[in-house]
Amino acid sequence: MTQLEEITVDEIKHLVSARALQGETMLLNMGPQHPSTHGVLRLLLELDGEVVLNCIPDIGFLHTGIEKNMEAKTYEKAEVMTDRLDYLNTMGNNLVYCMAVEKLVDLDVPPRAQAIRVIMTELQRIASHLVWLGTHGLDLAAMSVFLYCFREREIVLDIMEMCSGQRMMTTFFRPGGLWRDVPAGWEEAVRNFLKIFPDRVRQYERLLTNNPLFKDRTQDIGVIDAETAMRWGLTGPTLRACGPALDLRKTRPYSGYERFDFEVPTHTKGDVYARYLVRMLEFTQSLRIIEQALKKLPGGAWRSDDRKFVPPPRAELGVSMEALIHHFKLWTEGFLAPKESVYTAVESPRGELGVYLEGDGGPKPHRVYWRTPSFVNLQALPVLAKGHMVADLVAIIGSIDIVLGDVDR
Amino acid sequence: MADHRQTTLQALQEKFSAEASEFRGDPRLIVSPSQIREAARLLREQYGFEYLSGLTASDYWPQYNPRFHVVYVFSSFQHNCRLEVRVPLADEETVLPSISAVYYSADWQEREIYDMFGIRIADHPDLRRLIMPHDWEGYPLRKDYPLGYEEVQFTFNVDEIDLRKPKPTE
Repeated sequence: MTQLEEITVDEIKHLVSARALQGETMLLNMGPQHPSTHGVLRLLLELDGEVVLNCIPDIGFLHTGIEKNMEAKTYEKAEVMTDRLDYLNTMGNNLVYCMAVEKLVDLDVPPRAQAIRVIMTELQRIASHLVWLGTHGLDLAAMSVFLYCFREREIVLDIMEMCSGQRMMTTFFRPGGLWRDVPAGWEEAVRNFLKIFPDRVRQYERLLTNNPLFKDRTQDIGVIDAETAMRWGLTGPTLRACGPALDLRKTRPYSGYERFDFEVPTHTKGDVYARYLVRMLEFTQSLRIIEQALKKLPGGAWRSDDRKFVPPPRAELGVSMEALIHHFKLWTEGFLAPKESVYTAVESPRGELGVYLEGDGGPKPHRVYWRTPSFVNLQALPVLAKGHMVADLVAIIGSIDIVLGDVDR
Repeated sequence: MADHRQTTLQALQEKFSAEASEFRGDPRLIVSPSQIREAARLLREQYGFEYLSGLTASDYWPQYNPRFHVVYVFSSFQHNCRLEVRVPLADEETVLPSISAVYYSADWQEREIYDMFGIRIADHPDLRRLIMPHDWEGYPLRKDYPLGYEEVQFTFNVDEIDLRKPKPTE
């Protein structure tokens, strides 16, 4: 039987201090199965008493080879994989992938589809922030926040299920528009959510914002300044909490975000508490966007009618020979994309979510690369955690809001 | 601020006598492996590209020379633009200089392309496998690496299945 190799200290000797090799400081594994690592993340900690001297993240436990798998599927079929990356931001993943495909083949998206995409991604952002808030609270021993957050998240997931039939793995956006139009009662459901949610945000704020225990655990913990943060590639609320108002929805608007009036909340302190405050303000901004989009929701087509890329509706198949041919071609071979590459990015709840998509002239992508915010943000963890207590490390991991599916891909 | 992108592009193009192309309005610059570190330094310090958005590679096997393209996407917040820089690598043996001293976030992203494509990185502070297990054989995202259809290995049949597993060609 093959003996599994052990990793010796030799291999990581350049990452720990000389004292660790003499046994003066302790090397301790945190994870991969640890509730506060939000999934399967292993951290190798070098500890002096309770103080973290070095933190070496070890990732890859949730690696599913999505990038490789997508190369073996046609552009449209590969989309189901995108949901499984960042499973708290499925709509955002669908959106960036569809945008990349649309850019690669030069496909238009009708205004109604764009508006619905915005509404759904913003709802998803709220749902994702709710999971973050709940688990972040849980990490810091504020148990009840979790229960309240998941109560509201359920409403959002019901709206997702209403449109796509799935609560989480939606695959609702398709290249050229949407899978289906939204069902009757959807607008009502979103309006209902808009009505009740502002008050619920105030409820969470009452539980945490001025809570002395919460403030003690989060203020001046994991501080990073704007320049270092940029150099580490941090994006999203983690970056905005230390100053720069970098939000791709504002700086490089896509899918019609330029038509909406909203603010980009920022903070200057760059600690865990600042990140909390920024995300709490984002709830309100997302609600503002949804409200405006719903008010101006255009009618008409919800998917492009470019038959070279978008399958014809079922009803046409019985009456049109051409529709039948298109249907057959698109579902067997798929559409062809040029031998070129594009990079598109959107603002996910965690930061800049980018896709580099390269075609090879055939129906399958040559290369799909995901620039996932969790992966890049997690790199800065050793910088943030150095010199803090182990208990603070838990707060820091919670505050950069990683999703391990997004990290390992 | 597409103008800033154009001036940067032209300046770099002249400095490195590099080739530039464009697709759907996104310009890209092709520089050689020996130039990338200097290009990254200039982009960050002189042209205000504060962060590195993406760093990945693409394998063109069975084509050689170049076999790989390493793709860097540099982003600028102050000028609000993005620039793609590509570095062709002739074969698997070509060494790519690390830019992680300039852009810290390149650290893991370079480890990732080392892990997934087997691209050797020079002067990297911590070049270990990142996502795959440390004793993994082969480089999964290479085009000559087989996809899927592998039997599940348990402790009692590891060796047996190992014998008939498709092996990546080295």
